[in-house]
Amino acid sequence: MDQLALDVAHLFAGGLVLVSFMLLYQDRLTGIVNNFALHALVVSLSVAWQATIQHAPHLYITAAIALIVKAVVIPFALHRIIVRLGIHRTIEPVVGIGLTMLAGIGLVALSIMVMLPITAAAGTLAREDLAFALSVVLLGLLMMISRRNAVSQVIGFMSIENGLILAATGAKGMPLVVEISVAFSILIALIVIGVFLFRIRERFDTVDIHALHEHRGGRP
Amino acid sequence: MALEVLLWCAAALLGTGVAAVAAARHRIASTSVYGVALGATVIAVLAAAWSLLVQHGPAGVRLPLGLPWLGAHFRLDALTAFSLLVVNLGGAAASLYALGYGRHEESPGRVLPFYPAFLAGMNLVVLADDAFTFLFSWEFMSLVSWALVMAHHRRSGNAAAGYIYLLMASLGTLALLLAFGLLAGAGGGYAFEAMRHTTPSAGVGGAVLALALIGAGSKAGIVPLHVWLPLAHPAAPSHVSALMSGVMTKVAVYGFVRIVFDLLGPPQWWWGALVTLVGGVTAVMGVLYALMQHDLKRLLAYHTVENIGIIFIGLGLALAFQANQLQAAAALALTAALFHVFNHSLFKSLLFFGAGAVLTATGERDMERLGGLIHRMPLTAFAFLVGSAAISALPPLNGFVSEWLTFQAILLSPALPQWLLKFLVPAIGALLALSAALAAACFVKAFGVTFLGRPRTPVARDAVETDRWSLAAMFALAALCLAAGIVPGQFLDALAPVTQALVGAHMPLQEERAWLTIVPIAESRSSYSGLLLFTIIALAAWITTWVIHRWASAATRRAPPWDCGFPDPSPLTQYTAGSFSQPIRRVFGSVVFRARETVELPPPGDARPARFAVRLRDVPWDLLYVPVARAVNFAADHLDKVQFMTIRAYLTLVFGALVVLLAVLAAWQ
Amino acid sequence: MAIALDAAVQLVQLALVLALAPLLTGLVRRLKAHMLRRQGPPLAQPYRDLLRLLRKEVVLAHSASWLFRVIPYLVFATTWVAAALVPTFAVGLVFSNAADMIAIVALLGSARFLLALAGLDVGTSFGGIGSSREMMIASLAEPAMLMVVFTLSLLAGSTQLSSIAASMQGSDVGLRVSLALALVGLVMVAIAENARIPVDNPATHLELTMVHEAMILEYSGRHLALIEAASHLKLLLYVSVIVCLFFPWGIAVSGQGLAAYLAGLAVYVLKLAAGGFLLAVFETAIAKMRVFRVPDFLGAALMLGFLATLLLFVSRVT
Repeated sequence: MDQLALDVAHLFAGGLVLVSFMLLYQDRLTGIVNNFALHALVVSLSVAWQATIQHAPHLYITAAIALIVKAVVIPFALHRIIVRLGIHRTIEPVVGIGLTMLAGIGLVALSIMVMLPITAAAGTLAREDLAFALSVVLLGLLMMISRRNAVSQVIGFMSIENGLILAATGAKGMPLVVEISVAFSILIALIVIGVFLFRIRERFDTVDIHALHEHRGGRP
Repeated sequence: MALEVLLWCAAALLGTGVAAVAAARHRIASTSVYGVALGATVIAVLAAAWSLLVQHGPAGVRLPLGLPWLGAHFRLDALTAFSLLVVNLGGAAASLYALGYGRHEESPGRVLPFYPAFLAGMNLVVLADDAFTFLFSWEFMSLVSWALVMAHHRRSGNAAAGYIYLLMASLGTLALLLAFGLLAGAGGGYAFEAMRHTTPSAGVGGAVLALALIGAGSKAGIVPLHVWLPLAHPAAPSHVSALMSGVMTKVAVYGFVRIVFDLLGPPQWWWGALVTLVGGVTAVMGVLYALMQHDLKRLLAYHTVENIGIIFIGLGLALAFQANQLQAAAALALTAALFHVFNHSLFKSLLFFGAGAVLTATGERDMERLGGLIHRMPLTAFAFLVGSAAISALPPLNGFVSEWLTFQAILLSPALPQWLLKFLVPAIGALLALSAALAAACFVKAFGVTFLGRPRTPVARDAVETDRWSLAAMFALAALCLAAGIVPGQFLDALAPVTQALVGAHMPLQEERAWLTIVPIAESRSSYSGLLLFTIIALAAWITTWVIHRWASAATRRAPPWDCGFPDPSPLTQYTAGSFSQPIRRVFGSVVFRARETVELPPPGDARPARFAVRLRDVPWDLLYVPVARAVNFAADHLDKVQFMTIRAYLTLVFGALVVLLAVLAAWQ
Repeated sequence: MAIALDAAVQLVQLALVLALAPLLTGLVRRLKAHMLRRQGPPLAQPYRDLLRLLRKEVVLAHSASWLFRVIPYLVFATTWVAAALVPTFAVGLVFSNAADMIAIVALLGSARFLLALAGLDVGTSFGGIGSSREMMIASLAEPAMLMVVFTLSLLAGSTQLSSIAASMQGSDVGLRVSLALALVGLVMVAIAENARIPVDNPATHLELTMVHEAMILEYSGRHLALIEAASHLKLLLYVSVIVCLFFPWGIAVSGQGLAAYLAGLAVYVLKLAAGGFLLAVFETAIAKMRVFRVPDFLGAALMLGFLATLLLFVSRVT
């Protein structure tokens, strides 16, 4: 039974990597937001499962926060923002989806190469879970740098948070205080970014980074 | 005994070449030269097969030719016997083909003397047992094949192709010279026997591997040293193209195997990683290049590059396994590579013979000016179809067996402990699978655009079938492809002594398996039975045909094509080679070749035709060769000043050199 | 006597796949129609279509060659053999030595090669469109399939289908990430190979949306019947492979007796029906992609398969 529990946790970690790849694959804004909701759902399920097998009830609260805030409230707010700003465009990736996915595979290989030798003392599944968590973080960063749209960069930033939560709950004993502060910081970041997006949209009529770049002072 | 027979065959070929210099214009010169070549190569095949299958233990001889203190060593062991089998089988097929094809040669004096010399040179390279004989025969082979490439030197592009070929061949020989120098070491033991018994240090071994990869690899056609291949191979007459692509590249592979597996001693694991990586990149780049071509012979030449990549993947895996003491897996990988050497020589020769037949019948090499040839040249089309199916690795033909064995070797690779290999080998497996799928696309295009559809030009409409000799050669090779696919076990058992000598193990013997199944490792693991598959498919096809003919309507009517109700009588509306490969060009080519398509549409009302242009960028050429050429030109321009100095300046140079050398001598002591 | 019985069971499987294949296609069509609130054709309609085509006259274009006439027989034979090699109700039958996963992928590749040639044979532009798009799709779908095969063979230690199925049934495999990734990849490849939405629409004859239909546009009569039967068999093959490799519970082992075979058969039919239902739901829920999104789709399948293989390579602790 214990092996089954570890297998399911491992499956959730792998599932999160899969959803991160799905995030990289999307080329429409609504698709990205919905996929992020799925991402947050998988993270909350994974945390809930960890709560069950580690017998750590405070993790249930973490899972509930992740579910409510990240899987429901934030996507709903982002959908509203998209409608208010009127962006329904497709997203232009910088180097094409095929190359982005290939780079994603390279990042997964890199995180495995980094993690597995370092954590030689732990059990196999725990090491692979950490490698998956690092790859989720790296894939979120890749998403931030390979998209031209500010909303998708916000989503990439939040998926990095999800990867960190996965890593932290994989090890035993993360206090609740940390999680509340993390959740609040996310919420504040989102509000700030949303406000900025509104202002940017009002001033320049677009949130495409490429167009915004021209208005920077200094170098042309 | 076999060794003497083989040496006499080589001598006979050389003698025929010399005789043909004088008598090339004679009426029966072509027939007699190719006939003698056919006889000599058939005898050589029999001798090599006898040596491989019956004789055990190597035989050597030392002839008092060449350098006085060295002589010329020749040796016949298992690897040599196998390579001689491949070389002479290809040579026999080419000679048989040329009995018919050679009649159309417009300048026989430029081809007839060099053809048997080419065969002799290849045989001598494989038989050589010391560095001097090897290099001498290698250079002889290169020069003679250069002469054959320049046979039609007035045709546009051939002179440039010969020039680049000569440059790359010289580079390769230089690299091999340095490699043998390093292997001989300070002692100067140039005989291979001496090199076998000394083990170089790790650094020297790595340097020898790199030099062998450059030297032998450039002749074989690995990326980025492949640039001469698609220029030179199509320029030669078709039977020579078949020999160059199907056989000379295998001689290069033999050179690599001889140096790295035999002379160099126990390998390091990173040698395997390097060779496998080179092989994987070569395979994918080769087939992508081939997909962009619409010249039939250039397509086949680029495709040779892909198959060489597959062979090097097998060789690299064998090195990696051997470095980690996994002998059985190394034997499997090496057997897969060597079997692919054999298979490729068969079907690539067959395909080049078909291209030569098309060239003779229509005068065209450009696929986009052909079409519908299956109606005019049905037998050639059938043989070309068998060759295309074999090269696309379709069961139950032979290409599938060697590819299956390579995949089995890849599936054994998790046992390799090094981390880099753990990441590299699955990537190489993905590249191999990708190149196999792209190869099938490439040959659907090659066969479909050339032979199927409707004729695009009058020459295609009026083509006639080729002569009996060419057809005999093609069908013999096609039959061998089928045989190697259905009963691969016999061929694999013949390779056992080769791998035993090189890696110290061999694949399990396949003789008494039920249904002639081949089992690479163990029965429980994987097995493949070409015969069983062929029988079941034939049975299913026969049952289907019987049921259909018994119970279905047999009525057939000819009518114009349906074409969704828009049939166009002009054959120019059918798909061309460029349009067939457009989706693949868009998916892969835009990344690898920076392929860009531009369409210029004239404004409405203007009666000019629209223009469609595809721009491809040859990345290795632009990144490697153009800068090197520019640097050489730069240096040459600046060194040119040395040509035009006064006498006093030259004397100053001599004086300065003398002073410097004396100073070095003083400081040394 | 035992050998004759085993051979008889194998021949029963050969006939069974042929009998069930049109039924599966009919089931999928009818379920899709119901989901779109239509009546839909009866379940046995594909059988009637095949019989009708067999009775019709063949109309050949003037430029069609002997290859055009021979290809339907070869395509049907290779697809039928490939479908018959996949274990349905029992593993370890007489031909299971030849049921190598790579060989089955290559047999399907042969069928596709021949069909692409048929598209180019008549010399129309529609045939060329179908052939070139089909080869583009194949150039990514076949490596993705091979990567999935690698993943499964690494786990099972063999490329024989029977061995893989047997080891999947055993408990030492467990829930592995690589298996989940391989399953997703295989489903994506199966959709692409069977010309289903979102890759191709099997029910349309518009130029923009045809791949498979464009290649076989010039076929009629008994030739078209053979090709249609081959495409039904291909769908059955892919659903059988997914069912046999990832959900092998209930499959009988050769030699267990008639009762076990019948139970295996019942379970197999249920699994086929479930697969057909899921396919119908998926096809109805999603829209067709434009042609040049298909390489992204299949590239994703190739990446998933490659990632699954990579994880297995890496997790072999020495």
